[in-house]
Amino acid sequence: MITTHALTKRFGSLTAVDSIDLDVRPGDIYGFLGANGSGKTTTVRMLLGLVMATSGRIELLGQPVPAAAGRVLDQVGAMVEGPAAYGHLSGRANLGLLDASGSRRARGARRDRTERITQVLEQVGLAGVGRRPVKAYSLGMRQRLGLAAALLRRPRLLVLDEPTNGLDPQGIREIRDLLLRLHAGGTTIFLSSHLLAEVEQLCTRVGVLDRGRLVVQSELADLQAPTGRTLVRTPDAAAALALLDGRVEHRDGETLLVRGGDPAALNALLVGSGIRVRELGPERRTLEQAVLELTGPSSDRVEG
Amino acid sequence: MIRVELLKLFRRPRTWMTIGLLDALPTVVAILLAVTGIGPRPGQGPAFLSAVLTNGSLFAVAALAIVLPLFLPVAVAVVAGDTVAGEAASGTLRYLLIRPVGRTRLLVAKLVSVFAFVLTAVVVVSGTGYLVGRALLGDQPLSAVAVTSVSGTSLTSGQIAGRTVLAIGYVAFSMLGVAAVALFLSTVTDSALSASMGALAILIGSSLLLTIDASRALQPYLPTRYWLSFIDLFRDPILWRNVLRGVALQGVYVLVLLGAAWANFTTKDVTS
Repeated sequence: MITTHALTKRFGSLTAVDSIDLDVRPGDIYGFLGANGSGKTTTVRMLLGLVMATSGRIELLGQPVPAAAGRVLDQVGAMVEGPAAYGHLSGRANLGLLDASGSRRARGARRDRTERITQVLEQVGLAGVGRRPVKAYSLGMRQRLGLAAALLRRPRLLVLDEPTNGLDPQGIREIRDLLLRLHAGGTTIFLSSHLLAEVEQLCTRVGVLDRGRLVVQSELADLQAPTGRTLVRTPDAAAALALLDGRVEHRDGETLLVRGGDPAALNALLVGSGIRVRELGPERRTLEQAVLELTGPSSDRVEG
Repeated sequence: MIRVELLKLFRRPRTWMTIGLLDALPTVVAILLAVTGIGPRPGQGPAFLSAVLTNGSLFAVAALAIVLPLFLPVAVAVVAGDTVAGEAASGTLRYLLIRPVGRTRLLVAKLVSVFAFVLTAVVVVSGTGYLVGRALLGDQPLSAVAVTSVSGTSLTSGQIAGRTVLAIGYVAFSMLGVAAVALFLSTVTDSALSASMGALAILIGSSLLLTIDASRALQPYLPTRYWLSFIDLFRDPILWRNVLRGVALQGVYVLVLLGAAWANFTTKDVTS
């Protein structure tokens, strides 16, 4: 769905995006991770033909961008750097204007416009918002409206930049469910975010951007692979420590970190020796650990 | 896309506020003239004001002359400066472009909507001027009175009507020059205010240079040089020289600036 080859963008002497090769496959929910200022938004803008690449190639749905942007972008729904709307108009009027915009090919048919707008407003949970102008919307409502605009054309590919920004926990949950439903319906989703938890809960594949370079691109499960150690929580920590002499890497109160990737065997050994086990399981790297290992210090940190 | 842009323009309260304010000044002038009956001495003050006391139908043109030096250019610069920069500042520009709306198409639609605004403003101002003038100033039946031209001879009401239409067209075209400057600046900056102010700065600079003898060599090329030449349309016979020069000069400004706006907008990075 999205392929880039050595995609690079320089602003003067600053290299914002440095030779990245993205590969988003049909059916992915792709999490595009990176700290603030790592080049995520510039990349998204290049994918959508808003910013011209300095060098490299982009293919969106198999077509070159920006050359064929007019032909492919009508199958892509996107939200870039927050939603935007005309404040003096209602959400419905905004969607109507957007739907009527574009070339004859790109714009929506007038006949079922009202119906489609009603449908997307329902999808994002704004059905009852009425004629209120957008300037009276809360941040979360604007975010939902932005999402509705992206969905207006039933896109094959959704490109979303921080879609849950400004939403409360229930709202985040709703949007996550909506994205999962869309994904189940066959939509490929490219989700750019710095919220690791969000990506961890939603995505199947991740790419991590660090200061303009793509430092990893793989299945989420591979990044979270077991580390070959087992976490044990036991009220008899001292006894366990004595039994497992030398295999315990770290002890923190009741919690022991034991070398060896076979929790079942370890459990049998402990219980067999009369040591009570409260919790036991393989240690997995969290996405956060994986990302922090792969990336440098925060890029909006400015050292003197 | 043009339809959408026109909808956006005319559904916006600001558009009508601007046109309303444009109408206010000539109306106030008409009321003052009607109440006091004191016109400026011929040759002083805005054009035609001394003539309107005898015939209110000329007030359509007088209203244009009143708003032309400052009010009308300000209004046009504000609307045209807002076209691209305003969308950029509110973030809607990126959503239009990924809709996708081709950049050339968007620029053309913006241009048409600005032109529609200019035309509406000029027509409404002169129309209001005509009505207010007829109601408050001279209310003699048109056919009964011959209007005195700027040259001193008489014009029939038919001649006046035709020449008023020409004047409206000329003023609208002159304002298109302002619109082109503001539209170009609007593609350069993401701040609508900067674009409008930049366009006004150019116009004020031009007007200032027109008053300085030392800049005589430059004067034929200054954008505001021939603005008031529409008065020549009310001479008898019509003095075409400056009117035609004005049209040609504005034409060049409009073409060059719109070309620059197109070249800039179609290649720039949209980072707003």
